[in-house]
Amino acid sequence: MADKLPPKQRTKIPRQAMPEQPALERARNFAEVNLGLDAAVAEKEAQRCLTCADPKCSHGCPVGVQVREVVDLVRDGDYLRAAAKLREDNVLPAVTGRVCPQENQCEGACILGKRFAPLAIGHIERFVADYERATGEIGLPEPASPTGKKVAVVGSGPAGLSCAGDLTLKGHEVTVMEALHELGGVLVYGIPEFRLPKEIVRNEIENMRKMGVNFETNVVVGKSVTIDQLMNDEGYDAVFIATGAGLPKFLNLPGEHLGGVYSANEFLTRVNLMKAYDPEHYDSPVYTCRDADVVVIGGGNTAMDAVRSALRLGAKSASIIYRRGEAEMPARKEEQHHARDEGVTFLTMHNPLQFLGNDQGLLTGVEVQQMELGEPDGSGRARPIPIAGSEKVVPASVAIVAVGTGANPLVQSSTPEINTNKWGYIQADDDNLRTSKRGVFAGGDIVSGAATVILAMGAGRTAAASIHEYLTTGDWPTAE
Amino acid sequence: MYRILEARFLAPDVKLLRLEAPRVAKMRQPGQFVIVRVHDQGERIPLTIADSDPETGSVTIVVQGVGKTTKMINQLDEGDALLDVVGPLGAASEVEDFGTSVVIGGGVGTAIAYPTAVAMKQAGNHVISILGARNRQLVILEEEVRATSDELFVMTDDGSGGEQGFVTTKLQQLLDDKREINHVLAIGPVPMMKAVAEVTRPAGIPTVVSLNPIMVDGTGMCGGCRVLVGGETKFACVDGPEFDAHLVDFETLVQRNRMYRDQERAGLCQLEMAHPKVGPQHHP
Repeated sequence: MADKLPPKQRTKIPRQAMPEQPALERARNFAEVNLGLDAAVAEKEAQRCLTCADPKCSHGCPVGVQVREVVDLVRDGDYLRAAAKLREDNVLPAVTGRVCPQENQCEGACILGKRFAPLAIGHIERFVADYERATGEIGLPEPASPTGKKVAVVGSGPAGLSCAGDLTLKGHEVTVMEALHELGGVLVYGIPEFRLPKEIVRNEIENMRKMGVNFETNVVVGKSVTIDQLMNDEGYDAVFIATGAGLPKFLNLPGEHLGGVYSANEFLTRVNLMKAYDPEHYDSPVYTCRDADVVVIGGGNTAMDAVRSALRLGAKSASIIYRRGEAEMPARKEEQHHARDEGVTFLTMHNPLQFLGNDQGLLTGVEVQQMELGEPDGSGRARPIPIAGSEKVVPASVAIVAVGTGANPLVQSSTPEINTNKWGYIQADDDNLRTSKRGVFAGGDIVSGAATVILAMGAGRTAAASIHEYLTTGDWPTAE
Repeated sequence: MYRILEARFLAPDVKLLRLEAPRVAKMRQPGQFVIVRVHDQGERIPLTIADSDPETGSVTIVVQGVGKTTKMINQLDEGDALLDVVGPLGAASEVEDFGTSVVIGGGVGTAIAYPTAVAMKQAGNHVISILGARNRQLVILEEEVRATSDELFVMTDDGSGGEQGFVTTKLQQLLDDKREINHVLAIGPVPMMKAVAEVTRPAGIPTVVSLNPIMVDGTGMCGGCRVLVGGETKFACVDGPEFDAHLVDFETLVQRNRMYRDQERAGLCQLEMAHPKVGPQHHP
């Protein structure tokens, strides 16, 4: 057990770096970029924690992980208990330790960060979860005795999983329904192997199965079964809709139907879920990126995932086209750095005008126009203004459009009593995530619009608490 | 796993499979499809539902073996299983009493048109069915379609069955004979659907086609199945698969469907090397 150092000495320890695969090596494989801390380094990092009486990090975490307690246990070398503590609030610690934007959440709130580098909470979280997985001794929380109530969760992404975990612990019988053949939602179709290995997601879901959560794949709620049928015929007492924001947006530019032009969703689904990077063993094709010029339009995390996937598929060049500057990109800085180190070109301050093709209907290039930044627009960011006469053609045989996603309408359109807003997102009460239909709750991206894994998990927890209250009291207050 | 309850060839390379898929069987309406996966490393492919029985929980699909996956499906028999069957997907056909409805099926498209023909008949339409194929052997479900049609015409390119000519030859004849036609549904190869659209366009007869673009998830998530309809981008999996034939941009559809031609050929070679007997398969 390591003694707690006096605060002054703790701040003298530098933030421990995450070891990673060398950039040029990893740019050609799908193995994980970050390699994880070893125990000694994790303990050293844990030593840096100021053990605040009122830990801001926990307030900064959308699922309220008891960060200080977890870090205390790591410093004491009690990794398994640390993992169990983590699992009290977070059903997917190995996932969130990898993909959370910690800089905006727990680490963003860390007091150390005011004068020094914040505690590497994400890295410690990942270490603990990975350690636990390696031992196979998973500290799963024990569910309460059965309540006899049944809940259907629609969608097996982060919001659905987190809600299902909490409700199962409260003794309810929970079934998660997934439209695809594999569980995990965006975690398996959207986030690439090199950032989040599928094995990690499968493992976390297996843990949830052990906790008692039921899963059903190949069920498209709204098509295979309606919400009403679930409640009236199949005996579910409540439903949580967590279908995410999966409908890809396009630019509606000329040539967008050419062969070689993808939505980021399609490209990433082919590569991640359908394993198109391994054509020897898997049948789903992806338009060839080998020795090709690939451009990705957009500046978010999805754009980074797509462009880095293209590099790994052997692209000759892989570029980001983004209409603002690098500082304005919504992607995590870590991902931008990773991409740049791997050899991604950033064509910032450029906007696509049209896709150009050959007589075979295949993409040959993208015409772009240079932009300059003007006054802030409605989003609060500087508005990009086209510079006349700056048009040029960027050669490309693959273009990936990563400009965001919208609400999938399948559930809502089959259940008209569920109110939606003008963009098709489900309207749910902020505090308790109740929809306009009794017994039906909604949360995550299908309510908020596209956000992060951890925010969706936070919504899942809020929904679980609210559903538990409804199942216990039967109260469904109607809005004034 | 989704068990295969029945499997038989209807024509060379065209196999009917009845699958156990209770949720799909219960909800399915004419015009809808399923997405299936054969094995763990396989691709997801959309296949239209030809029939279903909510009582036994079974759905029927008709599969033409053209690529690696469809040829693999056609090697399966009763007692085998598909790994994944998800659906029913897509919007249902718009069925109402239009008056006289012409239902056109080209080749394996007949299996897709058939359930809508049944629904059209049930809705009170006078149903005229036109089935087309390259030769007699490739005409499928003729008896089934006959049973639900007021009139049936079979057209073959080589005249080996029915009359010699294309489905559009017959459709044009009906129009020339001043037959009143209120609605046309055409399902088959893209060039056929396009030709039908051109025949009915001058007369302004409402015409619907069922599109089969490249698709991955079938729930609106990937955008791979986008088609241009009336200048607007639509997703065939949720907005379709049936669209107004006079608004569909068939050129773009053909181009997009060609996108994976090279990879598909490679996949097929791989399969043929592994299973040398996968050439044309014949029904007994």
